[in-house]
This record gives sequence, structure tokens and C-alpha cells, in this order.
Amino acid sequence: MSEATFKNPAINTAKYPETSIKFRHFLSFMFKLLSILGLFLGLIVLLVLIGDLIRRGGDRLSLDFFLNFPSRRAEKAGILSAWVGTLWVMLITAVMTVIVGVSAAIYLEEYAPKNRFTRLIELNILNLAAMPSILYGLLALGLFVHQMKLGSSLLTAGMTLSLLVLPVVIVASREALRALPFTLKEASYALGATQFQTLVYHQVPAAISGMMTGVILALSRAVGETAPLITIGALTYIAFLPKSLLDSFTVLPIQLFNWLSRPQEEFHANAAAAGLVLLFLTFLLNAVAIFIRIKARKNIKW
Amino acid sequence: MSAQKDSRPVIKAVSVRKSTKRPRNIVERLFEFWFALCAFLSVFITAGIIIILLAESWPFFQQVSLKEFLTSRDWSPLFSNPSFGIQPLLLGTLLSTLIACGIAVPMGILIACGLSEFMSANIRQYLKPIIEILAGIPSVIFGYFALLVVTPAIQSIFPSLPGFSLLAAGVTMSFMILPLIVSLSEDALQSVPQTVREASYALGATPLETVWRVVLPSASSGVIAACILGVSRAIGETMVVALAAGQQPNWTLNPAEPAATMTAFMVQVALGDLPHGSLGYQTVFVVGLTLLLMTLVFNYLALKVRNKMRPV
Repeated sequence: MSEATFKNPAINTAKYPETSIKFRHFLSFMFKLLSILGLFLGLIVLLVLIGDLIRRGGDRLSLDFFLNFPSRRAEKAGILSAWVGTLWVMLITAVMTVIVGVSAAIYLEEYAPKNRFTRLIELNILNLAAMPSILYGLLALGLFVHQMKLGSSLLTAGMTLSLLVLPVVIVASREALRALPFTLKEASYALGATQFQTLVYHQVPAAISGMMTGVILALSRAVGETAPLITIGALTYIAFLPKSLLDSFTVLPIQLFNWLSRPQEEFHANAAAAGLVLLFLTFLLNAVAIFIRIKARKNIKW
Repeated sequence: MSAQKDSRPVIKAVSVRKSTKRPRNIVERLFEFWFALCAFLSVFITAGIIIILLAESWPFFQQVSLKEFLTSRDWSPLFSNPSFGIQPLLLGTLLSTLIACGIAVPMGILIACGLSEFMSANIRQYLKPIIEILAGIPSVIFGYFALLVVTPAIQSIFPSLPGFSLLAAGVTMSFMILPLIVSLSEDALQSVPQTVREASYALGATPLETVWRVVLPSASSGVIAACILGVSRAIGETMVVALAAGQQPNWTLNPAEPAATMTAFMVQVALGDLPHGSLGYQTVFVVGLTLLLMTLVFNYLALKVRNKMRPV
């Protein structure tokens, strides 16, 4: 055999002379330090940002702030119409996403044949998940507002946001269904149940916690969405509460955006307070989702 | 003979059970149809977006040539003497995305390495949900940070920075996409089997060499997919740039200047009230179409990379 066979190209003695082992470990230690420092730097920056929100807006949080309509005078302005609007839109979004998202997940997981078209749907869902939210706003503007003549109403907003978060719910619900053991289905079929009965009485109840996690995470994303709602023409100044699904509305993020785009310092304090409320809502929804996930993992042992 | 007779009712029962006239089978079919309809809805959404954007852009391109659209350096569709060149908006989007990713990608990979390789599973178990929650902070709140915290902070170092700038918007967007990149990259790094690391250590590699030459290359497709997703989120990000980057289209390569991005322009027009069907109204859909094409390219890239990912 020739000399070359024994030469391992991976061991470059010029690059890693043996005398430099200390140096290599020093480099390694520095990298470790840097990566952990980076992690804490990132966390600290985000904490400082949230701290600024509290410093500027904390004082504005009072009962009046929640019970007042927006106003020309910053100290009298409140978020009544905004949080009521957010609640309505979330309700519509939740109902529509649960119905459509869970059904789509059931089809893809239990009924869909393994063919090209199914693969296309799956690819399409992945693609939708990474689509900028403002494009959903344009779809809603063209389809719901102008073609279906629904106007910039609560219903339009709810439908737009449910389309936006649909991929999240579908993916989570599919995973929840897939995690169930096959024996559950077999036992039900053995007792003479049909596929639909098996789904309704056994599979969906067993997978409900995973599905709920997905729905709540989806809502936590929907609650902060601003761009698609601005595109469909949600008004920024609303001094009444919506009475029907076709009334115009405002939501927290839009109210925040409106106050933020004014030059006066006092309105920025309002924006910070509204931001705190919004942040609290997002964190709350996330915490509930994590709680359900942990709880479900502890309870069920297949 | 008797066996044959006995088996008949059984066969009959089976055939009745499969009958499409039996109520429970009708219910069965109906629900299958409903489930399928819901699944197909996702395809209709994509088709709907493409059709709406094309249909509303079509009349625009009847009046404005594609050549002007692509080559003009001036975007002023709402002026009395309008000009339609997408370049300033495209440049604004690319520049702010470049700044955001220039910061967030290296930081994200570094932090993901630290989190995945150098932290005990115990600490990671608490940090991971926190990072996932940070990834869900609404973008309008980052708009607040960009306008009221990050811009003054940069101004205290470079006093010449104007109140609106691509730089401040880009830096804020990097904070926004950082948790996303960290979380997804960490997942990819965690999926590298432990034996690969052990083999590397057994050959005498230091932790840095193990991470850099063994673990990261094994997880590269997942990490790259995470970064591409970050880029595509930065391109489509709206509120931060609408609030902090300024709304004036500006053909510039200088990040310290105010300039509008594609998404910021769409918000600006949506806030005004242009009549349905006017040329100014159609520009929103034209810009939307451009944005859609850009995201599709990036999503396709991410998909290609992810498909290359296979178990080690």
C-alpha cells in the first residue's frame, strides 16, 4: 500500500498541532461563554423592552381605562370598544377555526387517500403557514369586503383571522390524532362502530387536549394580528359597542397602532398601557396552552 | 347444506350494513364529505389569494407597462403626476430584511448552540417555553419598541439618525425573529443523535469542534430552514416597518434614511380611503402580488432544504 492510504485528510496536523490543545480548549470555552452570554443578552434585551412598556404605561392602567371609549383627550381615552371588539373577533375566530380546522385535520389524518392530491394539500398548508399575514388581508378585502359585500365588519375580521390561523390548528390537531394508539380504533371497530362513530366517541375525545392546545396557540397569534385587519378597513376610532356581526369594530392592536402613530407623548402612554393588556392576553393564552399540554402528558398513559 | 343455509342471513346482514340507503351510512358519507371540504378549503385559500391579486393587478398593468414597473426608480402612485416603479419599495424591504437577518441569524444559531449543547436538560426545559412565548409577542408591540425604545437608543449613539429609519426597524425586527430562529434551530440540533457527539468526543475533539464540525453540519438543513423562515417572516413583517421605517418611498442604499417598504405602503394606502377600482387602490394588490412572489420563492427554498433533511 502506498503512503497516501494512511493519511487521513481530516487530521490536518498543520492546523491542529498537538501543542495547541490548551488553545483549542480555550477557544471552546470562549465559544461556550459567548453562546450563553448571547442567550442572556437576548433575554435581557427583551426584558428591557417589556420593562419600558410597564414604565410608560403602568400608570394608565386603571378601571377607567377599561371602561372608557377612545377620546381626543389622552387622559380620558380608554380601550372599552377595543377589548370588546377583540373579544368578539376572537369568539368568531375560535368557533370557525375549531369547526374547519379540526375537520380538515380529521380528513387528512383518517380519510385522505395517499395520493398526489393529498400531498398537494399538505404542501399547501405548510406554504400557508409561512405566508405574510397582510396577504390574507388582501384576500379578505377582495373576497369578503367587495365580492360578498360584508363590509369591514366583525364577521369579516373573524373569517380573515380564522383563515390566517387555520394551518396552526390543522397541524396541531393532526399531531394529536396521530399520537393515539391504533388499538383504540381497533377496539371501537371490533364493537361494530363505524368510522365516524369511532371518531366522535373515541378518537376526538382522546385527542381533545392536543387539539385545544393548537386552537389556543392559534388564538394567541390571532389576538395580536394587526396588518390584515387594517387592510380590510377596520376603523381606528370607534366610540360605540358592536351590536351585530355586521357592525364595524376596532380591536386592541389597531387601537394601539392608532395611538402610537400620533406624535403626542400622552397618547404613547396609552399605547403602552394597551400594549401591556395585549401582551398579558398573549402570555395568558400561551400559558393556558402549555398548562393543558403538561397536564395531558401527565394524565394519559397509553 | 345446512351450513350454507345458515350463512345466508349473515351475508345479507353485511350487505344491509354496507347499503348506502341505511341512515347511518348516509351520515357517514355526509361527514366524510364535510371533512374533505374543510381540507380542500386550504387549497381554495391559496387559489383565492392568487386569483384576487392577479384579477386586481390586471387592470393596473393595462395602464402601466411592466418595464416602467420594474425599472423606474420612483414610486409615487398617489401624486397628480404618478410614477410606478417598484424598486424603492423592494429596496426598502430587502434592506430592512438584510439588517434583521444580519443580526438575528448569527445570534440565533449561536444561542441555539448554547441552549442545545451547553445547557443541562433541566434548565432547557424551562427556557424553551419562555423562548416560544417570546416568539409569539404581537408585531405591533415590536412596532412600539422600534419607535419609542430602539430609535432613541440608536440616536443616543448616532445623534444624526432621523426619527424614522430602516436601521431601527431592521434592528427591532431582528429581536422579533430571534426567538423563532432559536427555537427552530434548537429543535434541529436536538434531533442529532447523541452517539454522533460521543463519537466526536472520542476522537479527541473539543466541544467547539464537535458543535462546529459535527453537530451543526448534521443539523444544517433544519437550521437553514429555520433561517429561511426567519427571512420570510422579516419580508412579510408589516407593523414594525409601517411604524418605524417611515412611509415615504425612497430609493436608497443607506439604512440610516427613512424609506417605505412594500408592506408599509400597503398599510398606508389601506388607512386612507381610496375608492374601490381606482388605480391607487389597485397598486396595493400589485405590491401584494410582488410580495407573494417573493415569499413563494423563499417558502420553496425552505421546502427544498427541509426535504433534504434525513435522519443521520
